[in-house]
Amino acid sequence: MASLEALRGETGPELAPGSFRKTVRQLRKNCLGVLGAALVAIVFASAIFAPLIITHDPTRIMVGPRLADPSLLFLLGTDQLGRDTFSRVMMGGRVPLLVAFASLGSSLAAGLVLGLIAGFGPRWLDNLLLLLFDTIRSFPGIIFALAIIGLLGPSLASMIFVIAITSMPIYARVVRTQTEALRNSEYIAAERTLGAGTTRILAVHVLPNVIGPLLILVSMDVPAVIAVEAGLSFLGLGVRPPTPDWGAILNDGYNYIQQTPWLVVGGGIPIVVATLGFTFLGEALRDMFDPKLRKDL
Amino acid sequence: MWIYLLKRVFLAVAITVIAVTLVFMMIHAVPGDPAVALLGPRATPEMIAHLHREMGLDKPLAVQIVIFFEGLLQGNLGYDVLSQRPVADIIFEQLPYTIELIFVSILWAVAIAVPLGCYSAMRRNSVIDQLVGIMAVATIAIPSFVMAVYALLIFAVTLHWLPAVGAGQGFLDGLVHLILPAFAVGIGWVGYISRLVRASMMEILGENHVRMARSFGISEWRIGLRYALPLAILPTVTILGVGIAWLLSSAVFIEVVFARPGIGALIVQAVNTRNYAVVIGAVLVTTVVTVLATTASDLIAASLDPRTREKL
Repeated sequence: MASLEALRGETGPELAPGSFRKTVRQLRKNCLGVLGAALVAIVFASAIFAPLIITHDPTRIMVGPRLADPSLLFLLGTDQLGRDTFSRVMMGGRVPLLVAFASLGSSLAAGLVLGLIAGFGPRWLDNLLLLLFDTIRSFPGIIFALAIIGLLGPSLASMIFVIAITSMPIYARVVRTQTEALRNSEYIAAERTLGAGTTRILAVHVLPNVIGPLLILVSMDVPAVIAVEAGLSFLGLGVRPPTPDWGAILNDGYNYIQQTPWLVVGGGIPIVVATLGFTFLGEALRDMFDPKLRKDL
Repeated sequence: MWIYLLKRVFLAVAITVIAVTLVFMMIHAVPGDPAVALLGPRATPEMIAHLHREMGLDKPLAVQIVIFFEGLLQGNLGYDVLSQRPVADIIFEQLPYTIELIFVSILWAVAIAVPLGCYSAMRRNSVIDQLVGIMAVATIAIPSFVMAVYALLIFAVTLHWLPAVGAGQGFLDGLVHLILPAFAVGIGWVGYISRLVRASMMEILGENHVRMARSFGISEWRIGLRYALPLAILPTVTILGVGIAWLLSSAVFIEVVFARPGIGALIVQAVNTRNYAVVIGAVLVTTVVTVLATTASDLIAASLDPRTREKL
């Protein structure tokens, strides 16, 4: 997914404060934000409470009808092995959410540490790290991910590792830019003359200033990560079967697209709901907390 | 400008060299022997040793890297033991299909997005502007392969309007086969570029030379189309350079979904068959393409706007 900076609410001369249209637009933005929050809530709730909602064992292969249409017994029909699609879809949200949080969490931590080092450390180290960030960014995302997964073998861990590695440079760069700006500020100099060590300055003064924008940036990457996870599973390079996963269900649907549309519907709609929900929510959060973010990237 | 150019090109070369080395090291950091993986569990030690020699795996790592770079400079991407052909041949056979797909996708996306963005900026907050705004966020958020599968389901499987798979033969047939894939790749870019054009157009419409033109009584549409639009398109040009990486990534999925030939389909197939030589070659070529495109777009931006030169 492309960066969303072009979608930033417009800054500029046309906004007469308090105008009717501004209110309308604010409302529209909030509406999308609320819609996003609702969609995200649905995704979370269904993933968390899936074991209570499901009507069948999502991995049990049944002798009953295969590729069946929806019925009262099978709410979204069955797949090519006779498994209940509805139950698989409900359970299938757990892997994408897990991957999103595990990979973005580790990438956030790594980006934070490396960015602080680059921004606060000696010049040569800064240049070296920048070169590393730029190198990682120069690999075309999915292709790089495919290569690494090809090497490590497809699994949950390789997926998390790849996503963490590829999203780290952007966070590190943001942290570095902010740290470098703060480093030369007067209150840091004052703190230093008071005898504070580097660790204290970084932890008490730099970190709180950096973490907010970073968290918003990370939240805006959630839909992209969900898309990548679903994409890798769609290509058969994500979680191993029979674990239910939206991308894998979509792939089943693609393979049997001539026979039934229901697997495609069941696998695709949740991906759309999740990516849209997190996108709308992320946009709203950014507009609320930090309208200028991503501009200096 | 010349200093910037030199620095930028040097950086690009450095990044490429590091990237190649990284990819090469990765292959060797992985537990397990590529030769064993290739030959399967029933391979005899003699067969493995033979394949080692053939792949150059019996030499020290440093020597292997040097040999690899030497080959690269001669346009040699290695040898694919599976199909008994040079990797470069395999890749450059597939690359044109991917380039064709990316080119057509971006062409129709720009053709639709620029007028849309322009109209949105001139009639801001109109119903169309608001609709385009929401659609833009939505189309960017929805992954291209989901878009592709649904397009396939609706237009090929259900309605039988368009062909589902392959690249077609001949120009016209090829074009018809491109419609659905190009739609799936390009739709997100329509949203993205239209918002980009809108944002930069509105910035320009507030500038002094535009107010000057307005005070001369030139009509608003003429100002928009003649004075603002040519300037407003520039950010799009530079974003396309960076966007090559994204386009390549979505091409991977689209080629698989529509069973088109291309470098994406090649990589997926190579990963599935554990054909490392082809994987490395393909990663290499796409990385070089990406670095070239980013460098070119940075240089274009620098020649248009001197302020960006200081940022390196």
